[in-house]
Amino acid sequence: MMLPVPAHPLIFPPALRPAALAVALSLACSTTPAQPVDAARLAANGANGAAACASCHGARGEGNPAAGFPHLAGLGSGYLREQLQALADGARPNPVMGPVAAALSPAQRDALADYYAGLPPPFDPDRLAATRDIAAASADTGAWLATRGAWDKNVPACNQCHGPGGIGVGSAFPALAGQSANYIAAQLRAWRQGRRPPGPLALMPAVATRLSEQEIDAVAAYYASLPQAAQAAARPGQLRAGGQP
Amino acid sequence: MMIASRRMARHAATALATLAMAAALPAARAADAAPPPFTPPAAGSIPDTPFGKVVRQGEQLFINTPAHAGQFVGNDLNCASCHLDAGRRPDSAPLWAAYVLYPAYRAKNGHVNTLAERLQGCFRYSMNGKPPAADDPVIVALESYMFWLASKAPTGVKLDGQGYRKLPPPPSKPDYLRGQQAYAQYCAVCHGADGQGQKQGRHWVFPALWGDASYNWGAGMHQLGNAAAFIHANMPLGQAGLLSEQEAWDVAYFMNAHERPQDPRYTGSVADTRAKYHDSDDSLYGLEVQGHVLGSAAPPPGGKLRAGK
Repeated sequence: MMLPVPAHPLIFPPALRPAALAVALSLACSTTPAQPVDAARLAANGANGAAACASCHGARGEGNPAAGFPHLAGLGSGYLREQLQALADGARPNPVMGPVAAALSPAQRDALADYYAGLPPPFDPDRLAATRDIAAASADTGAWLATRGAWDKNVPACNQCHGPGGIGVGSAFPALAGQSANYIAAQLRAWRQGRRPPGPLALMPAVATRLSEQEIDAVAAYYASLPQAAQAAARPGQLRAGGQP
Repeated sequence: MMIASRRMARHAATALATLAMAAALPAARAADAAPPPFTPPAAGSIPDTPFGKVVRQGEQLFINTPAHAGQFVGNDLNCASCHLDAGRRPDSAPLWAAYVLYPAYRAKNGHVNTLAERLQGCFRYSMNGKPPAADDPVIVALESYMFWLASKAPTGVKLDGQGYRKLPPPPSKPDYLRGQQAYAQYCAVCHGADGQGQKQGRHWVFPALWGDASYNWGAGMHQLGNAAAFIHANMPLGQAGLLSEQEAWDVAYFMNAHERPQDPRYTGSVADTRAKYHDSDDSLYGLEVQGHVLGSAAPPPGGKLRAGK
């Protein structure tokens, strides 16, 4: 029933299309039979001179928030594939991850993306989602942006796409809860400065450019601390300060 | 002394204004035609009073409807799925604009509807559920929230931003295949390739646009004009304006050319139900699209509330 539709031009901006095409061609023209990639081994040991993923992102893909390394476990495979490719071809410039991603073959990148997508997320999604019942105080800029948005400047609530409690959904919308504040804020600023590919429908550059510096820091801090808040809320008799039962 | 002179000054000003209005009556009439603007109170300013507590309940119920009114909701939509920004956003059927228009005569059912009855209709059709009693705490909380949002608004007036801002008729007749392409391009990443919406585990994120988990054939959003206007003004979230008016009409057509739960007023015959309730260009119910008569394979209304589900 559905017609095949070409990728939206916004998904691959013109500057990136040759790179995307090159990858597609190298995949299509590859004559060697596909070797099954042992992603778990790759993640643990690295390959082709690239460092092991686990050395920064943790043995279970849980990340290292203190050092600003994001968790990968349970993020959508489509999202992870796109990021690895963008890191490899420089569309998402990153001095640490760029060389690592570039050292991997496209098949290895995709296998790793699928591997991490299949790992259980580091935080309990049910508990995180339950934070939707904590009504934000309007003075709490981060919580308000996350749960209510800033519609006067056409910014939807982050949770409207990233899910209640920022648990993420599907292939394209990554979890936010528990990523470090530094990491989240850096990504929002990268979109503002054109240093991250626009992603589906260029949703994130549109939103990020409407946020103030203070709002970026506040919403990043909110999601970084949400797993603790969710745990506190789940403990009977303990409600977050200012929260509503 | 001061007070008296101030009062006199005010009387004088009122008299002058009255005179000016009388002199400029045609101009005043013209001004009446333009809907007055209105800004609801700041979202964070719900008072910390016993009344404010119920207002806040209404607000939370509006945002997270199945969790707070699950006994009346047959799908997984929230009121705020279509009334964006918790019912505050202009041109997204804001609550403050609806509040001041009730009670009202509605052609939909041929009598004067109280606000409670209007809200019952939302549950019956848009939420594919069953209506709470007019004095149920759910209705009381929603009415309180609406009343508070409409604080200091004039009553009986169509305010600027009321309902969905109607689009002019599309340059070309809305088209299923064009709608299908635009849907795949702009909508599927969030709402899914088959309009099924998306959830993470048991937590809904993007609402279903058709099928058993969506609004039923009696809901206002099944009308092409409402859907096109909503889509054009608001979709994709944060990127409103990405779709042209033509694309918004085409997507509205494509979305509403799929089966959804049966109209709860179903008479036993699709043709009869169309003649009675949907006899308009605005509805595809009962029409054949892509070889299928819409409404002829609709699941019964009630969704999750149906016995055995």
